[in-house]
Amino acid sequence: MNFPKDLKYTNNDEWVRVEGDTAVIGITDYAQDQLSDVVFVEYIVAEGDSAARGDVCATVESVKAAADVYLPVSGEVIAVNEALIDAPETVNSDPYGEAWMIKVKLSDPSELDELLDAAAYEALDRDH
Amino acid sequence: MTEFTAPKPVEPTVYDLSSPGRQGAYFPQPDIPLADLPEDLLRQDLPLPELAEIDVVRHFTRLSQLNHGVDTGFYPLGSCTMKFNPKINEVVARLPGFAQIHPLQPIETVQGALGLMYETQEWLKAISGYDAVSLQPAAGAHGELTGVLIIRAYHLARGDHKRVKMLIPDSAHGTNPASSAMSGLEIIEIPSDARGNVDLEALRAHCDDTLAGLMITNPNTLGLFDENLTEVCQLVHQAGGLVYGDGANLNALMGIARPADYGIDVMHFNLHKTFSTPHGGGGPGSGPVGVTAKLAPFLPGPIAAVVEEAAGEEPPLYGLVNPEQSIGRVKAFHGHFGVIVRAFTYMLMLGEEGLRAASEHAVLNANYLQARLRDAYHIPYDRICMHEFVMEGRWEDVPDVHALDISKRLMDFGFHPPTNYFPLIVHEALMIEPTETESKETLDAFVEALLQIAEEAHTQPEVLKTAPHNTPFGRLDEVKAARDLVLCCWLPESASA
Repeated sequence: MNFPKDLKYTNNDEWVRVEGDTAVIGITDYAQDQLSDVVFVEYIVAEGDSAARGDVCATVESVKAAADVYLPVSGEVIAVNEALIDAPETVNSDPYGEAWMIKVKLSDPSELDELLDAAAYEALDRDH
Repeated sequence: MTEFTAPKPVEPTVYDLSSPGRQGAYFPQPDIPLADLPEDLLRQDLPLPELAEIDVVRHFTRLSQLNHGVDTGFYPLGSCTMKFNPKINEVVARLPGFAQIHPLQPIETVQGALGLMYETQEWLKAISGYDAVSLQPAAGAHGELTGVLIIRAYHLARGDHKRVKMLIPDSAHGTNPASSAMSGLEIIEIPSDARGNVDLEALRAHCDDTLAGLMITNPNTLGLFDENLTEVCQLVHQAGGLVYGDGANLNALMGIARPADYGIDVMHFNLHKTFSTPHGGGGPGSGPVGVTAKLAPFLPGPIAAVVEEAAGEEPPLYGLVNPEQSIGRVKAFHGHFGVIVRAFTYMLMLGEEGLRAASEHAVLNANYLQARLRDAYHIPYDRICMHEFVMEGRWEDVPDVHALDISKRLMDFGFHPPTNYFPLIVHEALMIEPTETESKETLDAFVEALLQIAEEAHTQPEVLKTAPHNTPFGRLDEVKAARDLVLCCWLPESASA
């Protein structure tokens, strides 16, 4: 399982890549593996929305389960990856690259400090 | 490598069987003038199949033989209580006094039916400890929605408008959050502790004056009786909230524990689970709701009642009443009456002692399976279970084998797979509910199959990955089915543009 060192992570299996004042958000390799084959990606937020950390921003559905994706940081949504709607399998094949989901213009960069680094994310207790 | 027989031929569609000019019935020439359909309503692109009656009968009989049902084999689908449905239920439901009446008949002419509804309410009250029951809801999730609307109506009737939060443990049924969301409430998930009970610390953090209530499934979806249940209910009540009970797992408790005694204020019953009415294939279900006295005024009506007491030789007169602050109708007429007849028949056939024995044997059967499978499969919350239990369908030394592969392989042995991938708090969950109606021989055969599958997972995992082998179809492409959903075997030309 792959957890790039240059990303930040949440307990809920989202990743964040910081690009200047923008946060790029997706779900982790662990999340896609647990979900198995993803068959739908639906966005709850749209470009231009202001959204707060913890808001549900997307729903990812696989043959096993449906999971909510929570915004790891607050800010204005500046892009959603529409390509995933037609090609949800990208979430399985390239979770950190082509399958980015949402870009947010950070309204409070200090929120980034509360996210996990790769080592802390990998060390999460998965049994309970 | 195990050898498998080739799959049986697949039944063609009615369109494949169609032959031009073939017909099932011939109508006599009418003795009134014929009128043609208006030109603009005629369609040329509707290829209705043309078949004789025998073609249709054989087609659907053959299709029915491809099905797996509780009448053809073991069906341990966790949380669904796929117990045998005794055939006497069907006989009674077909009695003309029940089958050939109309809900708008004068009540004096349907006293038997109303009496049956009243008695069913009384039996459900006795089993659960509630003060009032409505038979209206059409099935389990509909009962949940009804119950949550009752909770909402209760708070609003008291002028308490702040209560917008519904707490739902992560071991609850998946329909619970949906029912609360449909009622306009905000949903907050409460985690389980290491023993599979509701985590009391997490619960306390949300018990404030915005709490509408909590929806608990007990026994929960791990098949465990929540050891904190009384305290959970107390905490919610102290904060001014109400407790909803998902009664889908009542089959573990009949005659042993009454939900009302634990502090659960409102609960639905699944007649199609606990009380042996048809279940798969659309049922229909039936989800009566029981409530404590303070919620009784809000029940959906009409409810069967004694409107004139018995006097001397005169029997009581049954009628229908509407609770004074009722949330209103939730179903046309009186709910799924035919299903209620079946459930009442079941209760009478078993009697009080029999219902208790059913629950005891349901729990015994589940514990027997759990004990025999414990060494071969990991059971993450391993303690005495109720009517079902959850084990993991995975082994660390064969990471490519998943719960789905085990389920598919079970089909080769003639068993319906257990519930897969639920509850979500167990990895690769296999949720197994044998019910009380299975013999030790059936349970042993199921165990032997699962033990063989556990061995195959380690010695020849490809047998699991490519299963099932003995069914008319092999492994179906579920991903393609979900991504490329086509339900028509043909599309009218007008739709293709």
